[in-house]
Amino acid sequence: MKPLLEVRDLVTGFGSTRVVDGVSFRIAAGETYALLGESGCGKSMTALSLMRLLPDGGRVVSGGVQLGEIDVLALPERDMRRVRGGQMAMIFQEPMLALNPVIKVGAQIGEALSLHRGLAGQAARDAARALLDAVGVPDASRRLDSYPFELSGGLRQRVMIAMALAGEPRLLIADEPTTALDVTIQAQVLDVLRRLKAERQMGMLLITHDLGVVAENADRVGVMYAGELVEEGARDAFFASPQHPYSRMLFEALPRPGDSGRLTTIPGQVPPLDGTLVGCRFAPRCPHAVARCRSESPDWQAMGGQRVRCHLAGTLPAGQERAVTAQTTALAAQPLLQVEGLKVHFPIRRGLIQRTVGHVRAVDGVSLDIQAGRTLALVGESGCGKTTVGKALLRLIEPTAGNIVLGGESITARNAPSLRRQAQMVFQDPYSSLNPRMRVADILLEGMDALRVGNAPQRRDAVAQLLRQVGLPDDAGGRYPHAFSGGQRQRIAIARALAVSPRLVICDEPTSALDVSVQAQILNLLKDLQNDLGLAYLFITHNLAVVEYLAHEVAVMYLGRIVERGAAADVLRAPRHPYTQALVSAVPRIEPHAGEGIIRLAGDQPSPLNPPDGCHFHPRCPHASAVCRQSYPGQTDLHNGHRVRCHWVAEQEFSARSMN
Amino acid sequence: MSFMPVILWTDALIFVLMVGVLALVWFIRRHEHLRAPWRVVAQRPMAMGAALVLGAFVVIGLLDSLHYRERLADSPADAPQYSVEVLSVFDALVSGLRTRQEKTYSAPLAMQLYAKEFLERDGETVRDYPRLQYGGAHLKHADEHASDIARRTLVGLTQGLAVGLLLFGLLAAWQARRTQTQLGAWLEVWTTGRLGWPGRTVVLVLTLMLLLAGMLIQLASGYHVFGTDKVGQDVLYISLKSIRTGLVIGTLTTLVTLPLAIGFGIAAGYFRGWVDDVIQYVYTVLNSIPGVLLIAAAVLIVQVYIESHPEIFDTAAARADVRLLALCLIMGVTSWTGLARLLRGESLKLRTLDYVEAARAFGVSHVRIISRHIFPNVFHLVLIAIVLDFSGLVLAEAVLSYVGVGVDPSMYSWGNMINGARLELAREPVVWWQLGAAFAFMFALVLAANLFADGVRDAFDPRLGGRR
Repeated sequence: MKPLLEVRDLVTGFGSTRVVDGVSFRIAAGETYALLGESGCGKSMTALSLMRLLPDGGRVVSGGVQLGEIDVLALPERDMRRVRGGQMAMIFQEPMLALNPVIKVGAQIGEALSLHRGLAGQAARDAARALLDAVGVPDASRRLDSYPFELSGGLRQRVMIAMALAGEPRLLIADEPTTALDVTIQAQVLDVLRRLKAERQMGMLLITHDLGVVAENADRVGVMYAGELVEEGARDAFFASPQHPYSRMLFEALPRPGDSGRLTTIPGQVPPLDGTLVGCRFAPRCPHAVARCRSESPDWQAMGGQRVRCHLAGTLPAGQERAVTAQTTALAAQPLLQVEGLKVHFPIRRGLIQRTVGHVRAVDGVSLDIQAGRTLALVGESGCGKTTVGKALLRLIEPTAGNIVLGGESITARNAPSLRRQAQMVFQDPYSSLNPRMRVADILLEGMDALRVGNAPQRRDAVAQLLRQVGLPDDAGGRYPHAFSGGQRQRIAIARALAVSPRLVICDEPTSALDVSVQAQILNLLKDLQNDLGLAYLFITHNLAVVEYLAHEVAVMYLGRIVERGAAADVLRAPRHPYTQALVSAVPRIEPHAGEGIIRLAGDQPSPLNPPDGCHFHPRCPHASAVCRQSYPGQTDLHNGHRVRCHWVAEQEFSARSMN
Repeated sequence: MSFMPVILWTDALIFVLMVGVLALVWFIRRHEHLRAPWRVVAQRPMAMGAALVLGAFVVIGLLDSLHYRERLADSPADAPQYSVEVLSVFDALVSGLRTRQEKTYSAPLAMQLYAKEFLERDGETVRDYPRLQYGGAHLKHADEHASDIARRTLVGLTQGLAVGLLLFGLLAAWQARRTQTQLGAWLEVWTTGRLGWPGRTVVLVLTLMLLLAGMLIQLASGYHVFGTDKVGQDVLYISLKSIRTGLVIGTLTTLVTLPLAIGFGIAAGYFRGWVDDVIQYVYTVLNSIPGVLLIAAAVLIVQVYIESHPEIFDTAAARADVRLLALCLIMGVTSWTGLARLLRGESLKLRTLDYVEAARAFGVSHVRIISRHIFPNVFHLVLIAIVLDFSGLVLAEAVLSYVGVGVDPSMYSWGNMINGARLELAREPVVWWQLGAAFAFMFALVLAANLFADGVRDAFDPRLGGRR
């Protein structure tokens, strides 16, 4: 069968840098081809080369792109405009940046419709509504008159998809379409994409770094590394036995459920692409590399349904199953941190005299406790208030109410310095969390200076010690943050938090901005530090795989309140709250699914400004009943410290107990 | 001592500023992240060429800021008396220009006055253009005029070229020794422009400036290159003296602006709340009053003060100088709002960044957060504002002096030159050279400043893709 898209030896360069270097693949109609790889490996540049939308300075040096009968690279720009959108369309990662904020949704879709299908007026409006219906936007006719900022992230991404579909393209390029979305929303959007592809027999090029998304959506997979495609194959074969050492290490770097061993990390970094690269590009980081790998670039080798560019293909030892060790659960007697009824309400002021007309209840009565040397994961989707909890604990945001006891001492505004010595924070984005104008040593010294830890020579020694502890070279102290990669920067941020020897570290999504292999390094480091220093972590995240790997206990937050908490194994393996169940099932997994399918949640998280009456979750809950709409559920204690706030679970428990 | 040094207020401030700039340069040299963008500036041919032109202006301005009073020749040695006239080193260097004063207007390079007078010629009284006292006085006959000008121009150009070539040779020899290459090899690299710094532009601009200087020096020794003004003073001299005024206005005003803009802007953005409200009200109010009105009022008040306290000022120069300083102050007070608003916005953004949060988590004090986290990260904006504002201020001075609320009328400034030329533009034949000279000098300075500012902005502004 003739493929829909055929890419032959595509080379894209920026000056002398070849960001895409000899990439060839085919996509058939109705097939999803996933390009997989870490950031900077050339995935997006491949997609932009296909669309001929490269940023300034970039150009396709050689190669061919055949879309059906069209030779894309040979077209004049005039005709290319008709191909973009009409023959192939693209969805971007950040829907807010790709939609014009001052034009109504209907008009934006209408623009694409008039360009590619010549529709105008009522016909365009009807077509736009049909498109919104097709991508599953509820109440489509009303949404046509909304502005993008009135829509939630998931809806915006659907509008983007609707716009991409307006020209009835034969090929849809989705560049990290769900990376910016929460898992439950991601599941919705991926559903839409899968359905549309099947209905319209489109080819789809899915660009992602998430193995889980690939496993659930792709038909075939291509792995990119340093501008080259290094492995290609059908999804099932690829996931059953990845052949290239890089692919294997990507798998091994993923935290798996119930696993507490060390994660495999890939040493070193992607080589710079501007020089002449001799030999296999992965050789410097490859544990299996032999002399030939360094001198000779490997050619494609067919392995059944897979192709792989590796000299050692087929001779590598079969992938080892990592030993899965159970979490040790030794309970300390005294909790390090106890939080009772923490509330953070932001007043909403209106009018001339700034009268308070209401409150955003970002955090509404959260209670937690963490033992020394253990990790509590605070899980929830964006906007549920989990970061606010972390900042309120450190009094970066003044809590409205609540009692915080840290190390047996009640924390008030007066004894804040002692709090600051005991609890520190690691932030999400390693690029914005380090001052670019300060040297690393000064960054590390700042906390010690402010809290007057030790004297000057002691502090200097401490800096050297800290750098060693987090695995940075000794001369790192004299350099500026821009000299370091994302993972190294996160190490610096961790060292900064450790500088005042805290007992509790609040980690706010410390790995979500990092690649999988780098994430593995940071998770290993956090684990080592916990073992060595007896640190307690409050780990704020939305990534459940990381939670399973690192956390002893889990608390699930929804709209400012904790709906379920307990030991990590209990909550994540046998979730009881319908929200937790949906959250756990929505995570794309690379293992074949066993048992029940994904629980799809309808709609989005409501605004904390105006939470629903009764149980906050009832509008999205599949088990909601009358009582859920009336009263907020009380706490139901299950065994082993597992607690849930849900009427439905309470009823089940009640009937189970009464039967016994 | 045959002279007494005089330090005017603006002189003192200029030298304080010089020390500040030198300290800043020293500081920047030691910090790699600050040096890097300057290196980018140094690699831009346009910026470097403009910097050379600016440098020439600055040298003249600095020389003109070393003031002294000469001792009167007939004063006794034990009780020396000094002239009331305050001169500068620059005056001494170009004393020929200063002292060769004609009666009234004369055209550029002319031999005769621009006005007819009754002359005694061969015993008869005729009405004709009299010969100038100095301009072209060395010529016996009027028909030698053109050839003399051509000869002087050629000699000047040759001298300029010779000095240029000499300097280039020294540069080449020094660079070749520094980089351990043959002279020929270095020259080859230079011609292909692969030096790593814009060598060709620097040499070219320098040579052009030397050619121009050579020509001017040759011509000025025998003529009034830009003619003379109403009282017969050399316009070239006035134009050159005006450089200092322009530079003082452009730099000292910024010096006044900066503390206000940085302090209020960062405080408003960082503290928010009522601090922000108060500062915003202040600058909104200030912005809604016409700046010229405020400046006029303030300058007039200062003028009245000066006139009612003549005992404070021992010379006319000191009086004019205080008025110049007052103008700088009031212009600074009215023009800080733009930069403050910019800094407020940037601080609002910076204060939410994680590294500021991290510092707050350590309990770092506000002063330290501002000085270590906020200020270094808005510094590029400050720098861009300084260089961009400079040219605007120079032009503003001209406008204000034209309106009559600028510098003291006795002070040499481009604004006063334009003001003086205003009426003469209406007469027939027109006196255009005063305006022309002021325009040429101002244009050269402002263009150079703007081109340099462009280079600085490109290198420092992250949004324009300059790598930081």
